[in-house]
Order: sequence, then C-alpha cells, then structure tokens
Amino acid sequence: MVTDPVLLQTAADLFPNGISRYAVGGLLVGLGTVLIYIGTGIPAGASTFLESTLSYVSDQSRFQQYVGSRDWRVVFTAGIILGGLAFAATFQSGLVTSSLYEPGTTGQLYEVAGVTLWMTEVQPWRLFLGGILVGIGTRIGKGCTSGHGVCGVGSASKTSLIGVVTFLTVAIGTAQVVAALGVSHE
Amino acid sequence: MIFVGGIVFGFGLGFSHMARPEVVLNFLQFDDFGLPFVMFGAAIVSGVAFALLPRIRDAAPLTGDPYERRLKPFDRNVLVGGAVFGVGWGLSGICPGAAYASLGVGNITILWALAGMFLGAYAQGYWRSRSQARDTAVTGAD
Repeated sequence: MVTDPVLLQTAADLFPNGISRYAVGGLLVGLGTVLIYIGTGIPAGASTFLESTLSYVSDQSRFQQYVGSRDWRVVFTAGIILGGLAFAATFQSGLVTSSLYEPGTTGQLYEVAGVTLWMTEVQPWRLFLGGILVGIGTRIGKGCTSGHGVCGVGSASKTSLIGVVTFLTVAIGTAQVVAALGVSHE
Repeated sequence: MIFVGGIVFGFGLGFSHMARPEVVLNFLQFDDFGLPFVMFGAAIVSGVAFALLPRIRDAAPLTGDPYERRLKPFDRNVLVGGAVFGVGWGLSGICPGAAYASLGVGNITILWALAGMFLGAYAQGYWRSRSQARDTAVTGAD
C-alpha cells in the first residue's frame, strides 16, 4: 500500500512535537488516577483542592463540606507537585532519555543544583486573571480537566461530557480571540 | 497510595508537557493537536479501571468505600461554570492539576495562576455561602 505523502505531511503539521509524549503522558495521568481509585474508590479531581484547602483557613459554610476530604487532597496535590519535580529531575534534565519523549522548545530553562527547571513565558497578568476565572469556573461547574475530563469522561458521565464540551469550546474561542488581538504567548 | 498516584499523575502531566501553558495554548489555537491524546488517553485508562474494578471486588482497601460511579448531577451551573473556566483556561493555558505539576517542573511564575485560583475559589465560596444562608432564612420565614 502506498501512503499519500500529502496526507502524511498534513498529519505532521498537526503534531509538530509528535504524538508519543502526549499519549504516554496521558496514559500516566490515567494510571495515577487509577492508583488512587484502586486504593480509595475515589475518582480524583484536582480542582476541589482549592476549596478543601480553603476550609483550613475560612469558616464559610461552602467550604465546610470538604473538611472530610481535605487531608488526602493535600497529599494528592503534594504528589502532583513532586511528580512534576521527578519529571524535571529525569527527562527535563536529560538524565533519562527515551525515543517516546520529545523535549519542547517553549519557555525558559534554568538550573538549580543540577536539576534543569522550566519557566513559562506566558505573561503573569494572563496567568493571574485566568487563574481567578479557573478558580471560580471549576468550582461552580463542579469540575476541571481532571475531574470532568479524565474521571468524568472515563465513567461516561453525561454531566462531565457536557462540561468538557462547554469548557473546551469556550477555551478554544477565547484563545483564538486573544491570539487574534495580537497577544503572543511565546 | 494517594501520594504515589499523585506523583504518577504529576509526572504524566510533566511528560506530556501539559504543565507548560504554552503547549496548552498551542492546542487551543490549533497549532498542536497533542492535548486530546493526553485527556482522552487518560480517560480511557481510568475508564477501563472504573468499569473493571467494581466487578473484581466490592470496596477499596484503604477507605472501605464501594467502587461505584459517583455521578455529578447536571444543572445550569455545569454550563455557567464550564464557560467561566473555559475563558480562564483559554486566557492562561492553565488548569488546576497542570498548575500544581507546573510548580514541580520549576515554573515559579505559575504562582500567579495559583494565587488567582485560590482567590477565585474563595470568591465563589464566599458568595455561595451568603446566598445559601439567605435561601435558608427565606425558607425559614415561610
């Protein structure tokens, strides 16, 4: 069978960084979710951490419903941060290489104690303003990309599918508008 | 177990470059279609586990919780919140899980986003606690 070179080129244009790092990373994210589910029966989402952690410092009634889960959510989040660091100390630092991993060219690399760290070049005002909206939105909408996107879709929840379609559509629209306004992110 | 799960989760976010806001924004601007492989790849793995585990055993060893689907009820909030989250995600390229992992890969600038997230979560919590108290008061008066 002869593969159409034009078709191949189109596919390559869609994935300038290849597919493997995304696919492998996604499988690992799923595996992390599964480990937590096996141990606890909890489909873990990352955004509830915001409200559950606020329950330590605020007695607003809204946050009190998360008092029961706030301790393990801190552990989960600490794990995520350490997982990121473990990645930085291995693949990002070049200590471990794999044909499945393609390093990126975005942002800035810098070194601390032999570990190659990475910093974004997305403007702080975008991160801060976006963060506020993410904080409001994920909490009103009952989930984020992990709660709805991974666990919700994984359990074929209609609510989560609608949630994912909603935020994905709006996010694409927003990013397109921001780009059209000439605000660059790299 | 939760800790180990978190580490694998965070490592995966780092490996997939989802901890880099630029890469998420590249997807949203149709420059790189890698993101769906991460989200749906993860959803497939978790989906298989969610479907199989309830058939293998009844309850989780650590919590004693039954393996079951905990579905969230659908209401208007899912659309409103989803839309607000979408604007924030599209503007910053950052979602909660990826933001924590981003801190781990060394992205100190992400503290801006984390500060924003806590502020936003607090604002909606404050507002909803108030409106809930008001609703209860009104119901009580009837």
